[in-house]
Amino acid sequence: MTTAVNQAMVEKYKGNFLKEVTDNVEEGSWVKMCMQCGVCSGSCPLGPHWDHPPQELFMMIRANKREEVLSSTSMWMCTSCYNCVARCPRGLPITHIMHGLAHYSKRMGMKPKHQPTEQFGQMFWDNLTKKGRVNELKLGLGLYFKDGFAEGVKVSMGKQKLGLNMMKAKRMSPMEMLGGHGVKDLSGFHAMLKKAEELEAARVGENTDAK
Amino acid sequence: MTDVVATNQTIIVVGGGISGMTAALEATETGKQVILLEKRPYLGGRVSQLYKYFPKMCHPTCGQEINQRRIKMNQNLTVLTQAEVANISGNTGDYTVSVTLTPRYVNNHCTACGECAKAATTEFDDEFNYNMGKRKGVYLPNAMAFPQHYVIDQRLIGTAEADAAKAACKYGAIDLDQQVETLDLKAGAVIFATGWKPYDANKIQPYGYDRFANVITNVEFERLMDPHGPTGGKLLRPSDGKEAKNVAFIQCAGSRDKNHLAHCSRICCMASLKQTNYVQEKFGDDGKSTIYYIDMRAIDRFDDFYQKVQDNPNVSFIKSKVAKVEEDKASGNPVLHGVDTEGYKRYANQHDLVVLATGMEPSVDFKGFPVKIMVNDEGFIEQDDSNGGIFAAGVASDALDVNRAVQHATAAALRAVQVVNQVAGA
Ligand SMILES: Cc1cc2nc3c(=O)[nH]c(=O)nc-3n(C[C@H](O)[C@H](O)[C@H](O)COP(=O)(O)OP(=O)(O)OC[C@H]3O[C@@H](n4cnc5c(N)ncnc54)[C@H](O)[C@@H]3O)c2cc1C
Ligand code: SF4
Ligand code: SF4
Repeated sequence: MTTAVNQAMVEKYKGNFLKEVTDNVEEGSWVKMCMQCGVCSGSCPLGPHWDHPPQELFMMIRANKREEVLSSTSMWMCTSCYNCVARCPRGLPITHIMHGLAHYSKRMGMKPKHQPTEQFGQMFWDNLTKKGRVNELKLGLGLYFKDGFAEGVKVSMGKQKLGLNMMKAKRMSPMEMLGGHGVKDLSGFHAMLKKAEELEAARVGENTDAK
Repeated sequence: MTDVVATNQTIIVVGGGISGMTAALEATETGKQVILLEKRPYLGGRVSQLYKYFPKMCHPTCGQEINQRRIKMNQNLTVLTQAEVANISGNTGDYTVSVTLTPRYVNNHCTACGECAKAATTEFDDEFNYNMGKRKGVYLPNAMAFPQHYVIDQRLIGTAEADAAKAACKYGAIDLDQQVETLDLKAGAVIFATGWKPYDANKIQPYGYDRFANVITNVEFERLMDPHGPTGGKLLRPSDGKEAKNVAFIQCAGSRDKNHLAHCSRICCMASLKQTNYVQEKFGDDGKSTIYYIDMRAIDRFDDFYQKVQDNPNVSFIKSKVAKVEEDKASGNPVLHGVDTEGYKRYANQHDLVVLATGMEPSVDFKGFPVKIMVNDEGFIEQDDSNGGIFAAGVASDALDVNRAVQHATAAALRAVQVVNQVAGA
């Protein structure tokens, strides 16, 4: 489901998607520097699984393929290995642009459905923001059960040994199930997050109001 | 002692490649006193290491011979080989250039009969062939070397082999007592025609030049074609001596790249287009070339040449900067991996041999130059009034082909002549 912000952005940029990306996507201003050499696409270890490798995504941005880019699963496939960044002859921070595009597509409500990276990202965020500390037990179980109960039991059984070892090494505590640890000033932490969200909303709003 | 007359009306040219020879000759033919300094034992520079020249596909020796004739005819031109500039000081119209001369151990009685070399046995890496083969310690640097005099490698001095070489010479041309000399030469203007060196392919890690025998550079490819080269002019690949009938060229290897040379080396597209002709020359329709490129830069009047290569059914073009090269263990074939920009198709292509179209960087580090001159970000000398009486000629100023380098050298000669004319008038 696309968001109101999305409508506003479509209105504002009227078919100039490169400008929209330049203004709003993290490191998006680099996209115009791409010379289409293709070394990033060839260097990506996950490349064969992408719909559109980075080089192609950058060309699609220039070609105004807004829908296709923002609903693509491609940028969600980036594992931050930085191979492309190390090799790009133009010095584009490709990894960061990928994450920037993923985030922007989510904000516009255009993210692909049932995309595991996106689902995990959201789960991680919700888990973290609750107490200010990651609850690994809940996060792990949440992840295992994301595709339903039966699938979850199966995955959990498979990972049993890993969980036990983590407990032995004190990397995870079963007590976390009862609430779990958190930051000292929890209400301060939540206030901080709220403020950050307001600032972010204002920033996008500002962009939208400008001509 | 080497005896050279130099005054503040002398023009010194550093570097005896095609640009330095041209600048020196153009200046001396206006009647000026010129000294040409070359650090190698022969003139001609990197052009002498090419097999053929684009665009006309003639052998480099033809241009070279004309220049040699002009040099012999000009009394006002002094040529010193094995001469390297150690220091330079002073100002416009009044420079002092310190030169280190390393001995050849052979004087100009040498007729190039080659008897001395027959007496020698020890071999060293052959720098003329980019170390792909060996040469003896007593040697003629290349078949067309000018001057046509043998050289004795300094590493042989003091050995019985050097004495045997001396004894073998019927003309008394070998002088093993020659010593390193330093000369301080006066000059009104100095032209730097020190040229280029190939970018170090070892630095382009994903292409495996350091790991795979069948990944070579474009300058090495030129040497494989030369009948006097390491393979006797056969296109054989290094790993197993198999004929290289299916050759890949990787463009912009180390050029136009923030991680390497930021500039376009400008000649390597043309060099690869030319080298596809070599593959054809050797194997006819059995010879296949594939050029992997970002965009082809066959600048202005070279477009005809490019179109002819495009029309050749044995040459394919793949628009893609190759991401990495691996090796097929069984065959020794390099495997090229990447994504084709036209259609975004992934490929893994095997070839017999990969030629990296490495670019040119300045051979001299002008940034640490003893007198102040303008040097650009790429390390080439910029034309600037503040350089005074110091000028660049040819590739010392920018990546250029021979035609442009020679034009540029003529302009540099004219500028230097103006400086010494002013000195003379004052
Ligand atoms: C693979 C390849 C193929 C090419 N093919 C062609 C072609 O087909 N046609 C074409 O037009 N161009 C071609 N080029 C370009 C051509 O090689 C250059 O244009 C040419 O070499 C420029 O000549 P130069 O005299 O400026 O420099 P160089 O040839 O580099 O000569 C410089 C000279 O200065 C000397 N020197 C350096 N430092 C010192 C010092 N400190 N003291 C004294 N002497 C010094 C060097 O020993 C050398 O002899 C090719 C280039 C490459 C890489
Ligand atoms: S490596 Fe850099 S310049 Fe080349 S296609 Fe990718 S982003 Fe563009
Ligand atoms: S001349 Fe061609 S191969 Fe060489 S750097 Fe320029 S574009 Fe690349």
